[in-house]
Amino acid sequence: MSPLKETNWQKVLHFLENNTVPVLFLVICAIGIPLSGYSASYLAQEVVVRISRNAFLIIALLIPIMAGMGLNFGMTLGAMAGQIGLILISDWGIVGIPGMVLAMIISTPISMLLGWGCGKLLNMAKGREMVTSYIIAFFMNGVYQLVVLYIMGTKFLPIRSSSLVLPRGYGIRNTVNLIGIRKSLDNLLAVKVFGISLPLATFAVIALLCIFVVWFRRTKLGQDMLAVGQDMEVARDAGIRVEHTRIVSIVISTVLAGYGMVIYLSNIGTLNTYNSHSQIGMFSVAALLVGGASVSKANIGNVFLGVTLFHLMFIVSPMAGKNLIGQAQLGEYFRVFVSYGVITMSLVLYEVRKRREKSRVGRELAAGQTAEEA
Amino acid sequence: MKQSDAPLLEMKNISKDFFGNQVLTDVNFSLRPGEILGLVGENGAGKSTLMKILFGMDVIHETGGYGGQVLIDGKEVHFLTPFDALAMGIGMVHQEFSLLPDFTAAENIVLNREPLRRNVLSEVFGERMDTLDRKTMHEQAIAAIQRLGVALDPDMPVSEMPVGHKQFTEIARELSKSSIRLLVLDEPTAVLTEQEADSLLQAMRRLSSAGIAVIFISHRLQEIVDVCDTLLVMRDGKIIKDVSAKEADTRQIAKWMVGRDVSLESSHRQFAGDDDDIVLSMKNLWVDMPGETVRDVSLDVRRGEILGIGGLAGQGKLGIPNGAMGLFPAGGRVVFEGKEIALNNPRNFLDSGMAFVSEDRRGVGLLLDESLEWNITFTAMQVQDKFLRKFLGGLLKWRDQNSIEAVTDKYVRQLEIRCTGTKQRAKELSGGNQQKVCLAKAFAVEPKLLFVSEPTRGIDIGAKGLVLQALREYNEQAGTTIVMVSSELEELRSICDRIAIVSDGRISGILPARSDSAEFGLLMLGASGEQVPNAQSGADV
Amino acid sequence: MNMKERILHFVHSFGWPRIIIGLFLLLLFIAAPIVGVKVSTSLSDTLIRFGMNSVMVLAMVPMIHSGCGLNFGLPVGIIAGLLGGTLSLQLNFTGGLSFFMAIVLATPFAVLFGWAYGVLLNKVKGGEMMIATYVGFSIVSFMCMMWLLLPYSNPTMVWGYTGSGLRTTISTEGYYYHVLNDFLQIKIGSHLVIPTGMILFFALLAFLMWAFLHTKTGTAMTAVGSNPVFARASGINVDRTRILSVIMSTWLGAVGILVYQQSFGFIQLYMGPFYMAMPAVSAILIGGASVNKASITNVIVGTFLFQGIVTMTPSVMNSAIHTDMSEVIRIIVSNGMILYALTRKSEATR
Repeated sequence: MSPLKETNWQKVLHFLENNTVPVLFLVICAIGIPLSGYSASYLAQEVVVRISRNAFLIIALLIPIMAGMGLNFGMTLGAMAGQIGLILISDWGIVGIPGMVLAMIISTPISMLLGWGCGKLLNMAKGREMVTSYIIAFFMNGVYQLVVLYIMGTKFLPIRSSSLVLPRGYGIRNTVNLIGIRKSLDNLLAVKVFGISLPLATFAVIALLCIFVVWFRRTKLGQDMLAVGQDMEVARDAGIRVEHTRIVSIVISTVLAGYGMVIYLSNIGTLNTYNSHSQIGMFSVAALLVGGASVSKANIGNVFLGVTLFHLMFIVSPMAGKNLIGQAQLGEYFRVFVSYGVITMSLVLYEVRKRREKSRVGRELAAGQTAEEA
Repeated sequence: MKQSDAPLLEMKNISKDFFGNQVLTDVNFSLRPGEILGLVGENGAGKSTLMKILFGMDVIHETGGYGGQVLIDGKEVHFLTPFDALAMGIGMVHQEFSLLPDFTAAENIVLNREPLRRNVLSEVFGERMDTLDRKTMHEQAIAAIQRLGVALDPDMPVSEMPVGHKQFTEIARELSKSSIRLLVLDEPTAVLTEQEADSLLQAMRRLSSAGIAVIFISHRLQEIVDVCDTLLVMRDGKIIKDVSAKEADTRQIAKWMVGRDVSLESSHRQFAGDDDDIVLSMKNLWVDMPGETVRDVSLDVRRGEILGIGGLAGQGKLGIPNGAMGLFPAGGRVVFEGKEIALNNPRNFLDSGMAFVSEDRRGVGLLLDESLEWNITFTAMQVQDKFLRKFLGGLLKWRDQNSIEAVTDKYVRQLEIRCTGTKQRAKELSGGNQQKVCLAKAFAVEPKLLFVSEPTRGIDIGAKGLVLQALREYNEQAGTTIVMVSSELEELRSICDRIAIVSDGRISGILPARSDSAEFGLLMLGASGEQVPNAQSGADV
Repeated sequence: MNMKERILHFVHSFGWPRIIIGLFLLLLFIAAPIVGVKVSTSLSDTLIRFGMNSVMVLAMVPMIHSGCGLNFGLPVGIIAGLLGGTLSLQLNFTGGLSFFMAIVLATPFAVLFGWAYGVLLNKVKGGEMMIATYVGFSIVSFMCMMWLLLPYSNPTMVWGYTGSGLRTTISTEGYYYHVLNDFLQIKIGSHLVIPTGMILFFALLAFLMWAFLHTKTGTAMTAVGSNPVFARASGINVDRTRILSVIMSTWLGAVGILVYQQSFGFIQLYMGPFYMAMPAVSAILIGGASVNKASITNVIVGTFLFQGIVTMTPSVMNSAIHTDMSEVIRIIVSNGMILYALTRKSEATR
């Protein structure tokens, strides 16, 4: 059974096995796109918009994966920090690019603090980081609501703008209109190619982040994270500060998520004060997994493939559902199901592979013995 | 070899006890630059504790430090962590690999000592944002590999390497530390092929001529004789022999290693057993137990005897009972009282009337969070429906608290288990008492044949005697055949009738317990049955 | 000194969060009359909510016992219950019979789903909780499509204007509404109502669970959770025992949601069951359970404390400071409790 003798058919099977999720999505999209009846240029435009909107957030997930901490559901924390920044700049009436930058600056210390706390907790729950980060996101959602709904607008955290504050006198409204910064980054440098408008400035920011991530892998800290991600004990024996490195990876991820949220919301133009952040974690994780990433391995290619496939599915399914069965609602439920299903499937595949890897070592040993005995 | 004024390393009057259990007594030796010192001894002789003291490992501080002095270049040192030892130029290569599988050899060699280059961001955020200087990393790795003098590709990921190369990578990592003067190699050749081992020995000679001293721990005595300048034989925490390697031969060393002041001989009983009455027969058993691989074992157990299984750690003796019971993947034939037992399912093993006391007390042997009652009665309850009250014609099987308490109480008294009551949780007991609970669990099944694995590991001397005595009594009173696996030869010799020695996953010989200890020693070190004059039966039938 | 030690020991074994929550609830009950909230009404509300939720909390017990961790996949059981309930309505059973038939009809689904869910969890040992969460989400969102497509036809259940597809909420009025609540109901004064039937029903299930844990199989289940290797070395089929526990949890989840509906008055479909696992998980943790140990007492204490806070906070807070912070407090308390359990060292080592 040498790898050289692998037939073409086996190669195909092997490829399918390792790329189950992206291939499945390709199939779904291939069926869904003609059913939806959308034009190619419409879909292309939509995909461009989604990439510019979501890519930054998804890239924020890469660094904890490097450090072996799995999918950082705690990125929601960064999203909350970004939203607090946006609420404040809306109140102060700072618009355009300066507004976005200021929101990011405000979010940074909050993200760092939250990320640090999250990292601390995750170090107390080694081996179950994902479920813990998931619960941390829920827990902090409660704290976020406490702050935004009950403290903002009171004398502790005054908010002057009446368009932000609930009629009762304190607390932020359910939706905040971000008209001041709406698309300001996207429109900074927009170019039309074949009728599709490309927000070059946003792309440049995303490209800059990609370069940062690639460069980061070559730094000492990046190398340490890769080491910690492979084996905490070996890294510790070599003198690497394991706990600290893990915390730093979460802090970086949280800060990036905060920036990503500002970009995301500036593209959308309205802030759903109590919902935006909790959805974003799930969608980002799902998109990354759709791109072929796993809990332990992800790269920038996964991000872009994932955004494209996931959002294509997202865009076409209601229409496809309507044309197929006459109910758009069905398509909407379908895309929710697929989002959760894909996360479930990736998590299961990851655990199963991890176990198979273990038993494979055993099988090889046994085979070696029998070969020897024969 | 040049004689310098002060030796590189000197350990003086080293002693160490773990909670009153003396493991090292008055150990003295010294080491000159460039000297290769062979350190041999049975498992538990104190070699690894000695090395832990040298490296200032946490376990030593946590258990009250050590007695005596460690001198480097004639000056006393106190290492608080292995990093302190490293700073003085002392490095160690452990038995288990400490490598990162997805990193290349070069990345592993310079792990956490990577050469760095400053850049704009690192000026702001500190040196962890420095970029790695890949070119210098590569050069440093190659330099270390050349120093070792082996063929090793610095760009190959560890996960794709053969075992030997992993070992070389580990050693190269120590060598890349520029100040290295003393290298401790803990059984580096155990996992290597003969060729790889040869090149490692050559590398050691090369290091020696470059002035680096080596402490070489190995069970392969021929290698020790071949490569070492001096030889240190340890036994029971003492240095038995400190000789020039040229003056020793393997047979002598083996005798030094295992030979003890004989004091237990008198208690030997006369029990021959009968080769016609075989209660358990294993044929061509293989077991895939990590670190204790059994390759091909055929062994007959006579009814009523106590059969010992000995051998060095990692040779596969523990794999035999674990495989027979079905806890690890196994193959081959196991026949008990004429019936073949299907492997890989503990239920078959238990149903046939056998029981097993595992060496892994806390992992396999006990429900640490449950009461003694549960621990002792659980197996018998589940396998034999004991301690249950049946209702509705057996449809409802209810725990019978009264009989559970009664039987637990019985064993607590019989085995003198020290506890506050039968409801106490197992994790609150001491090691010796936990071991007795494990025995009680097996006794409660009333087995016809009992496997006991390392029954005295990690318990103090007083408890050891009680446990062994309990086994002997159980054997004599209930007529239960016992197969006892232990790494302590003397313990086996004190209670067993016959002792089989396992080496490299095979039985290298079976001897009566009263045979000369040197013969056992040779069997342990891999001499096959034919070479030992007194061996009764070989491995293969 | 001795007293102090004893108190410290108690605090240590009981855990700070539980004491804080207990004191908080006590404070609420003390504050209630001061701010003008009737204690009797609050108490009977708490009792009713206790009855509604306790069976779903009980559904945590088997899986914790067998070492499958906290059952974040409770929605799997809830879906089985929803199928049983809707089928019972579809077949036009009424009154007590409709409740009984709902349980009977839910059972095969619960067994089937539980079995499949158990097989899946056996493949992912060590990562159960995260996967359970997403299995729950997946099945809920999958069933969203099914509720639209399945050929239900009872006019009280389907959308009026299309005649097909189930409504988001379906009233149980005329079917099994309050069949347990009203059974042997005791009224003390005009405000204190004790839903005896519902509490008796829970007591029955809790007793059966307690009894099961005293049988041979139940003992094996506890051992599997405590140390799976020990159980295997004692001849237990670990995988089969775990599957059994998952089936039991799933079935209890199904019955739990039916009990909830009969008191609440509505069947909530579509995204309704989505977050239902969280309150049940945190309730049993508040009651003193850990990730791998749970008892019937934990269920009772935990459900009472949790539901007590959920009922008391809005009424007391509203009267006291004219703000309803109950939702926020509920989120912080329940998730904080889960977080506490997940990050405790002794429990993280398993």
